[in-house]
Amino acid sequence: MLAPDAHPLLPADLIACHECDLLQREPALAPGETARCARCGALLARNPPDSIDRSLALACTAAVLYLIANLYPLVGLEMQGRRVEVTLAGALHILWHDGMGPVAALVGVTALLFPVLELLMILAVLVPLRLGRASPRLAPFFRLVRSVQPWGMVEVFLLGMLVSLVKLSHLATVILGTAFWAMAALIVVLTLAGRAFDPRLIWQTPEQASTPAPTATP
Amino acid sequence: MTHRPALTARQAGLLSCHICGQLARPPATGGHALRCPRCNAPLHLRKPASLATTWALVLAAAILFVPANLLPMMTTASLLGTQHDTIMSGVIFLWQSGSWPLAAVVFFASVMVPLLKIMALVYLAASAQRRSRRQPLQRTRLYRLVEFVGRWSMLDIYVITILVALVQFQGLATIQAGPAAVAFGAVVVLTMFAAMSFDPRLIWDPIADASPSEPPHD
Repeated sequence: MLAPDAHPLLPADLIACHECDLLQREPALAPGETARCARCGALLARNPPDSIDRSLALACTAAVLYLIANLYPLVGLEMQGRRVEVTLAGALHILWHDGMGPVAALVGVTALLFPVLELLMILAVLVPLRLGRASPRLAPFFRLVRSVQPWGMVEVFLLGMLVSLVKLSHLATVILGTAFWAMAALIVVLTLAGRAFDPRLIWQTPEQASTPAPTATP
Repeated sequence: MTHRPALTARQAGLLSCHICGQLARPPATGGHALRCPRCNAPLHLRKPASLATTWALVLAAAILFVPANLLPMMTTASLLGTQHDTIMSGVIFLWQSGSWPLAAVVFFASVMVPLLKIMALVYLAASAQRRSRRQPLQRTRLYRLVEFVGRWSMLDIYVITILVALVQFQGLATIQAGPAAVAFGAVVVLTMFAAMSFDPRLIWDPIADASPSEPPHD
């Protein structure tokens, strides 16, 4: 395995657009500013204000909401005196035993597993940085999370719940559970946490945070 | 499009990491199995076998789109008998029961988005393969749109999950997921993988090759 050098002659602020490969300089961003590719307009970098504190606060909130959303019933139905309530895990269990293993697995990873992985990544990066220590060397974990990011679909799941409840509303009384509201709040908080989080922090140690030039590692 | 002299990372002999964006110069000796100096991800000039992978996944998705729409998505057993519903009959049911905004949402997410997504990916892969130089910016925007809306096709999978889990009133009404659910889930997953395996920089490579802007740097 050959390791290429991060070229010593390359200016530290030189970046390539990930969508059109254009080489350009990353401008120094004031808090709240974003940099876009000069040619194709792709989002190159963001500098969310106060990134560490804000995203840490939002990630902690999201963690609490995630627990509530998974421990309490999401939705329920009342029909002729009988009442049914389901949690997310309960719904997956029923689907699995209904011979729909692949579908249950798909829902499980997209609505349950990947959102929590993203949350864990944000916390794993931010907690050590906040405490002034170097982030642990978790490169394989970060790579995994970066590749599963598009697969977290809590917001689509919430819309799916709404559609199914409308379909059932003529048939029975629909009950929105605690977890439903927790999940609605979770979507908002997760989105804000994602916005507040600066992905460049993942690859920086606290010393580098002041001089954002990444240097070659063996 | 701007007409400033544009130099891409490829023309400058640089690789940019797909995961963390780090630029690196491959060793002059060539070699394989390069790793990113910062995050240790495998380094490639372009996503490996991008077009072949995209074609294969799009083709598989297009084939599965047929059973996903023709087979029953769910089976409702109630006092009134057993009813099989496809995706389209579910949309029609929503429309007739008066919730036409939801009918439109489900129709858009479950029928239009997968269909348009497959067509858009075919167009993107075909034009990149022909090394077309027309409308690169528009095609990049199309690619972004495909990436952005893809997740919303998962809607029907979630609707089924909740319906199956909630409507388990033995003797009154039960809902079971049908074979189309597996096919439809596969279409969503395959088209998402297809969008991820397509490398948007292939749209811009023919333009860099055609412009005599700057000689390759070496």
